[in-house]
Amino acid sequence: MLIFVVRRLLYSIPVLIITSFLIFWAVTVSGDPLTTVRQIPRVSQDTINAIIERNHLLEPFLVQYWEWVKSAFTDGFGTTLLGDAPIMPDIRRVLGNTLQLIIAAEILSVILAAIIGVVSAVRQYSAFDYTATTFSFLGFATPTFFLALLLQILFTNLYLSTDVRIFFTSGLSSAGADNFFIDRLQHLALPVITLAVLGIAQFSRYVRASMLEVVNSDYVRTAKAKGVKKRNVVMKHALRNALIPFVTAIALDFGGLFGGAIVTETIFGIDGMGRYLVGHLNTRDVYPVMAWLMITSVIVILFNLIADVIYGYLDPRIRYD
Amino acid sequence: MTNPNPSASEHLPRAPQVDRPPSPDATPSIDADELTSFHEEGLEVVARSQWQLARRRFFRHKLAVGSLIVLMIIVLVGVFAEQIAPYSYREQVPLDARMAPTLEGQHYFGTDVLGRDYFSRTVFGIRTSLYVAGVVALLSTLIGALYGAVSGYFGGWIDNMMMRFVDLVLTLPILAVLIVIAALLGNGTPIRVAVILALFYWTTLARIIRGNFLSLREKEYVEAAKASGASDIRIIFRHMLPNSMGPIVVNATLIVATAILVEATLSFLGFGVQPPEPALGKLIDDARGFMQSMPWLVMAPGVTIVVIVLCINFVGDGLRDALDPTQRRLRA
Repeated sequence: MLIFVVRRLLYSIPVLIITSFLIFWAVTVSGDPLTTVRQIPRVSQDTINAIIERNHLLEPFLVQYWEWVKSAFTDGFGTTLLGDAPIMPDIRRVLGNTLQLIIAAEILSVILAAIIGVVSAVRQYSAFDYTATTFSFLGFATPTFFLALLLQILFTNLYLSTDVRIFFTSGLSSAGADNFFIDRLQHLALPVITLAVLGIAQFSRYVRASMLEVVNSDYVRTAKAKGVKKRNVVMKHALRNALIPFVTAIALDFGGLFGGAIVTETIFGIDGMGRYLVGHLNTRDVYPVMAWLMITSVIVILFNLIADVIYGYLDPRIRYD
Repeated sequence: MTNPNPSASEHLPRAPQVDRPPSPDATPSIDADELTSFHEEGLEVVARSQWQLARRRFFRHKLAVGSLIVLMIIVLVGVFAEQIAPYSYREQVPLDARMAPTLEGQHYFGTDVLGRDYFSRTVFGIRTSLYVAGVVALLSTLIGALYGAVSGYFGGWIDNMMMRFVDLVLTLPILAVLIVIAALLGNGTPIRVAVILALFYWTTLARIIRGNFLSLREKEYVEAAKASGASDIRIIFRHMLPNSMGPIVVNATLIVATAILVEATLSFLGFGVQPPEPALGKLIDDARGFMQSMPWLVMAPGVTIVVIVLCINFVGDGLRDALDPTQRRLRA
C-alpha cells in the first residue's frame, strides 16, 4: 500500500508539470496581458516597463515559463500585474472561504444523496423513487446560476413580505451580529444549497444504482435467507459495499465544485475563490488567474490521489502493484 | 456487474417490453396462413435492420418520444426565429418598457427597462444557444471519435500516451479553465464559444470509443478485413466506426445538453456570447438587476433552458436504451 501511495505521488509530479505548462501556455497565447493596462491613462510608461521587467515579458516563452514556476515556489506566485498586491495572501483568504462553502455543500449532498439513494433502491418503483428520479432530472437540467437566482428571489421576497430573516441572500457575515456561528450559517445556507443540488441529483442516482446492484447479489440473498433483519441487511451488508464506488465519486467531484463556486460566489457576493477569479478576469490580470488555476489543479489532483488510496483501502479486491 | 456508474434512466416508467406480432402489411411476402403457422410454433422470422430495431425500442419509450416532440418544436422556433418573433431582439421601444407578460402587443414574456420584447429575445436566444450546442456536439464528436479510434485501434504505447493525456484533461477543473480561456480570448462570437467548448468536451467520447475499439479489434470481421488486405484507415472507417454508432449518437446528444448549460453559464458571467447577439444566459444576466420587480424576465429564459436540457436528457436516455443497451450514463 505504501509503495502504491509513493508511486502515485511520483506520478503526480509529471502531471503537475504538464498541467502548469498547459495553463501557462493557454493563458499566454490568449492575449497580451498589457493590452488593458495600456488603455488606462494613469498608468505611465515607467510602470509598463516595470511590469515587463518584473514578468520577463520580453524573454522567450520558455524563459517566461521558468521564471513563473520559480516565482510560484519562492515568491508565492509574485504580485498582480500592476504590482499593487501580492497574490498569495489574497488567495489564502478567499480559499478559506471557498473551502467552507465547498465542504459544507459536499457534506450536505453526500448525506442527503445517501439517504435518498438507499431509500429509492430499497423501495424501487415506489412513489418516493419516482419523485426522487423526477427531482434529480430537474437538478441535472437546472443551470447553477438560475437556481441561485431563484433562491435569491424567493428569500428576498420572503424577507420583504414577512420581515423575518431566515437566510441572507448575499455576503458572508453581517456587521454587529450577536452570534458569529449562526450568522455565518444564515449566510452560507443558500450558496451551500445551490452548490449541493447538482451533487444530490448526481450522487443519489449513483447510490441508487450501486445499491440495486448489491441488493441483488448473492451474499445479500444469503443474509436474507439466514433470517437477518431487513434493517441489518441494508445497513451492514448492502450499504457498506454500495458506498465504495461512491467514495471515489465524492473525491472526484471537487473540481466540479470549484467550477460551481465561481457562479455561486459571484451571485451571492461571497469573497471566495470564484469571485476572485472573475474579478481578475474582468481586469484581464493574468497572474492571479494563473495562480488560481494552478492552486485549484493541485487541490483537484490531490483529491484524485486521495480517492485512489481510499478506494484501494476500502475494496481489498483492488490490488495495486 | 462491476460498473457502478450512475444511470438516471434505467428504471423510468416505460411500456412493457412485449414483442408484438408483426403486422401483416409489414411482411407482404409471407401469406396469411404461413404467418399463423409461424405463430403457432412460436417462430417469428421477420428480417429487421438494426436501425428498425432501434427505432422500435426508442418509440416504446414514451417519455423520450414526448421529449423529442417538444424538442423539435423548440428547434423549429429557433430556426424560424425571424418569422415567429413579433419584434427584433435589439429593438427598443421606451414607451413599452417594464411591461408585465401580456397578450397585448404580443409581449408574452414582458419587456425590460429598455423596452425590448423578452419573448422575441428568448426566441432568438434559443437559436443562438442551439446553434452553439449543435456545433459543440458536432466538433467534439469528431475529435473524440477520431482520438478514441486511433487510440483503441493501435493500442500499445500509443494508446497509453493518448489516454494519459485524456486523464490529464479530465483532472482539470474544466468549467474554470473554459471561463478563463473564453474571458481572455474575448470577442465571443457564437462559433468561437462553440470551438472553445468543443476543445474540452471530447474526452468522454474518446474514452468510450477507445474501449469499444479495444474489444472490436478482436472480432472476426476485423480479422477478416485485415487478412484480405484492407488498410487501417478502411478498417477504422468502414468496419469499426459504423459499429460504434450507438455510443457516438448517445454521447453527442448528451453533449448538446452539457453545452447548453455551459454556454449559458459563460454568457451569464459575461464571458460567452457577446451582445448584441442574444444568448439565453446573457438574457438572464441582463434581467438580474430587476429580478425582484420583474422576475418574469429571469424566469422566461431560465425555464427555457431547463426545458431544453430536460428534453435532451430524456431523448438521450431513450436513444441509449434503443441504440446502446449496455452503456450506462457517465456525466461530465
